[in-house]
Amino acid sequence: MTQINSKIPEGPLAEKWKNYKDHQKLVNPANKRRLDIIVVGTGLAGASAAASLSEMGFNVLNFCIQDSPRRAHSIAAQGGINAAKNYQNDGDSVYRLFYDTIKGGDYRAREANVYRLAEVSNSIIDQCVAQGVPFAREYGGLLDNRSFGGAQVSRTFYARGQTGQQLLLGAYSALSRQIGLGKVKLYKRHEMVDIVKIDGRARGIIARNLVTGKLERFAAHAVVVATGGYVNAFFLSTNAMGSNGSAAWQCYKKGAYFANPCYVQIHPTCIPVHGESQSKLTLMSESLRNDGRIWVPKKKEDAEAIRAGQLKPTQIPEEDRDYYLERRYPAFGNLVPRDVASRAAKERCDAGFGVGNTGLAVYLDFADAINRLGKKVVEQRYGNLFQMYEKIVDDNPYETPMMIFPALHYAMGGLWVDYELMTSVPGLFAIGEANFSDHGANRLGASALMQGLADGYFVLPYTIQNYLADQIQVPRFSTNLPEFGEAEKNIQDRINHLMNIRGKRSVDSIHKELGHIMWEHIGMARNAEGLKKAIEQLKALKQEFWTNVRIPGQGDDLNIELEKALRLADFIEIGELMAHDSLDRAESCGGHFREEYQTPEGEALRRDDHFPYVSCWEYQGDNQDPVMLKEPLDYEFVVRQQRNYKN
Amino acid sequence: MWLLNSSIGRKLIMSISGVFLILFLLFHASMNVAAVFSEEAYNAICSFLGANWYAVAATLVLAAGFLIHIIYAIWLTLLNRKARGSDRYAVNVRPKNVEWASQNMFILGLIVVGFLGLHFTQFWYKMMFAELMGHHEVALGSGMVSPQDGAAFIRYYFSNIIVVALYLVWYVALWFHLTHGFWSAIQTIGWSNGIWLKRWQAISNIFATLICLAFAFVTIFFYLKSIL
Amino acid sequence: MDKNINITLKVWRQKGPKEKGAFETYKLNNVSQGSSFLEMLDVLNEQLVNEGKEPVAFDHDCREGICGMCSLYINGHPHGPDSAVTTCQLHMRKFDDGATITVEPWRSAGFPVIRDLMVDRYAYDKIIQAGGFVSVNTGGIPDANAIPIPKKDADLAMDAAACIGCGACAAACKNGSAMLFVSAKVSQLALLPQGKIEAARRAKAMVAKMDELGFGNCTNTRSCEAECPKEVSISNIARLNREYIAAKLQD
Repeated sequence: MTQINSKIPEGPLAEKWKNYKDHQKLVNPANKRRLDIIVVGTGLAGASAAASLSEMGFNVLNFCIQDSPRRAHSIAAQGGINAAKNYQNDGDSVYRLFYDTIKGGDYRAREANVYRLAEVSNSIIDQCVAQGVPFAREYGGLLDNRSFGGAQVSRTFYARGQTGQQLLLGAYSALSRQIGLGKVKLYKRHEMVDIVKIDGRARGIIARNLVTGKLERFAAHAVVVATGGYVNAFFLSTNAMGSNGSAAWQCYKKGAYFANPCYVQIHPTCIPVHGESQSKLTLMSESLRNDGRIWVPKKKEDAEAIRAGQLKPTQIPEEDRDYYLERRYPAFGNLVPRDVASRAAKERCDAGFGVGNTGLAVYLDFADAINRLGKKVVEQRYGNLFQMYEKIVDDNPYETPMMIFPALHYAMGGLWVDYELMTSVPGLFAIGEANFSDHGANRLGASALMQGLADGYFVLPYTIQNYLADQIQVPRFSTNLPEFGEAEKNIQDRINHLMNIRGKRSVDSIHKELGHIMWEHIGMARNAEGLKKAIEQLKALKQEFWTNVRIPGQGDDLNIELEKALRLADFIEIGELMAHDSLDRAESCGGHFREEYQTPEGEALRRDDHFPYVSCWEYQGDNQDPVMLKEPLDYEFVVRQQRNYKN
Repeated sequence: MWLLNSSIGRKLIMSISGVFLILFLLFHASMNVAAVFSEEAYNAICSFLGANWYAVAATLVLAAGFLIHIIYAIWLTLLNRKARGSDRYAVNVRPKNVEWASQNMFILGLIVVGFLGLHFTQFWYKMMFAELMGHHEVALGSGMVSPQDGAAFIRYYFSNIIVVALYLVWYVALWFHLTHGFWSAIQTIGWSNGIWLKRWQAISNIFATLICLAFAFVTIFFYLKSIL
Repeated sequence: MDKNINITLKVWRQKGPKEKGAFETYKLNNVSQGSSFLEMLDVLNEQLVNEGKEPVAFDHDCREGICGMCSLYINGHPHGPDSAVTTCQLHMRKFDDGATITVEPWRSAGFPVIRDLMVDRYAYDKIIQAGGFVSVNTGGIPDANAIPIPKKDADLAMDAAACIGCGACAAACKNGSAMLFVSAKVSQLALLPQGKIEAARRAKAMVAKMDELGFGNCTNTRSCEAECPKEVSISNIARLNREYIAAKLQD
């Protein structure tokens, strides 16, 4: 059986990264110019990596599916980015950020990676400020911080409710500078549809030009995938409409392990579903939980009256409100980690206390904050979020509590990578949300931005050299090699096949059905029976898709339905792998909650004796079950505990 | 040269020439008001601005200002039409807070220039130009007057209700042109910010109103004087 | 209260940049007023696909008003008749039962149509590539708190930085001018000490690129500001003018 080698450097935790950097191989400037790197994706991880690699002297080919690199979905992150600066003098440190992240991830992340993440977090803030990112500041001119879930210190840097936007625009500006200098070649409206391997190493990609519909070939010495997560498999999520798992899935099919697919994050504060035509869910930043209090009515009859429209939330007296997070988790209150907050909301709604006309919502109330701080301060802090809410729901959150409900948000799972962020395919790297490495079973708020930028600015530009140092003698590849031809033919056949089905159902209708299966059985609460059922249903759905989908237009032309169909084909398979992984992991941890494994109080019950490992799935062929390899998570520095946010 | 080949440079020329014309209008309006109080004083100014080297020089500068403003207006309008693309929108709505004048400056400018032609044939051609040609008397209606007797011209033309009405239309067009032109010029030069933008807009409105009221006042005053 | 409405859509269909486009009329019944404008278009496309016709191509991605991908000129307004929203945040409750809604692509020489309502806005990226950045490489940066920045300046910079690069400003402008977009970036970086160092160079380079790409000359109509989904102010244009003129006078 294949052994998993995560290449973690020797030495004490705090010195591993330094040791690695001191001893890794580097590529000299003259040789960098002779090496080409493909970076797929232009989000925080992709843009920062492409810019940094190009600044160092490599030739970079950068791809995005949107019309501009600035559209990548990192832009939608609202709340902030964590860093262990301890500017607030509240006792923060690299170790504490590391520890909070490990604990928040329910002890399912790799210690060395997380420590490195915490270590470079401070440089990210410095870098962004130098780029002109307008972080929030105090009157004294220094940077301001806010608190986020799962931490007892204020370490989150923010730019109003648009932190992701500002960080991405920072990375985008660095990338644009390199494009302007001619050192990065940008391919916009191009979607990676396959990886090309030569002699076992990743040497290029096939991309579909979304405007012309033509397949194009690109060769390089290494390929970096920074294509985000796969939670759009659920159809409804907070991800952008174009966010997809296909690039990562092609890597998986070419031999890269897919790690922990069952770990997906359900974000507690999203705007509830309004009806059948809903296309995506809108997140309300976690930062709202700094000042907002979450509650449902204490009495079932009140909840029923609200659902029937006979009672308004403002009419419920204080003593009849159940601030269930404050009740259940006194120490962290409304700022418990996301998985905990989401499950608690589901628990209340399942028990019949939900509000909104569907009963699938809870209140997030700012009345106290407005009384305490004044409307003006609340407006300064959350004005744009309140405005966003009002535009969507047509309710004024200054006057009546917001309604929120959990929604799919982030994939902790992803391509397996070693300490160098290289997948199990040599020369193929995965960074940002596309990899699995740093968040374990649950990601803390404001950590995704941190990880994306850490990978792109400060980790990959080092580690990729350790690989490329051996490649300096390798000349540039021709895209006329048979490997490219074969890969292109395969994808062309796939497109032809899809175009020729000419069935009866639209891509979206099948995607919605997929979403229902996923939410029902592989969502917030899972059990063996449901998962087995889901596997059956997904098999049937896959059959339905491949025999009954209808795609108008031509395959070799701009075709939005074909784009969606290619992604959906992969989403169905990702769903299947998620089901397998969820079934296999007979424990509850982080975002993965198995109903069979919970404490008497309904908290997640981790089983460290059975599952202290990363599940790495290896593709075996289209109609064969994948094989699971285990990367043991030996904790050398932290003692695993049951997570406790109560006291 | 950046004043010719950059958009901001071209706009700067437009602004500076506009501000220059605004200053001229201010002078012209003050001069006209003088006629209401004392026709002699007005005539003194007229003779001062007759065929003298400094008046001619100033007139040439003024003409250059007009020409530059007009030529740039035509040039910018053509460039902007090209930038708009070949397909036009089927539905056009003027957003709130967008002045009507701001989107119709070229048309307003055309109206202003058109009336300027009329004004020239009536006044300038028979006054300064006649003097330059060496005439000491010009025909005005059925009689002959001195080209320096500006008050006579005012009395004569503004006793005609049609001329008065045409002039009033002119002032309205000018008013619209100025309400936008003034603050827009300041904005283009860069002397504006979030607070001053509102102030400049208010100043523009007040200024345009004062100038146009002054012109209208003189026009109506002489009309009333002629019928009473 | 939201209800279901019946609407008539007049949608611009155009096969490619060089081909002639025309309006097509579609009827759509039982549209929930609670759904967003783009969700309504999803329903239209579902209907078209089911009839075996080609769906309407339009750009969209995040659907929460931040990526800047969605466009559409709806009933005479970029991003539709609501204020301070993008098309994806526009909801059908802004329309009445029986309404006829005209949907056009951005029309500007700088934004050629790709297909139907999809336009090419790469010109904006090119302007950023010309100078919309601070020339710092990754690493070797002093501490983030090394240079204090007055809160007022940081806030003003953030106001300008809120631009999402959607192109509504140039689409709204009768002059096809991109000044609001360019000025937002120039302002953001000119207001911060980190960006001030190369402010003159940046202003000149970005304006030159903007002119080169065929955008029009700003005449301060304020349409851009009125239609900007992020309410970016034209006081940024004044700042850009100031920066640019000062930079040119220094040459």
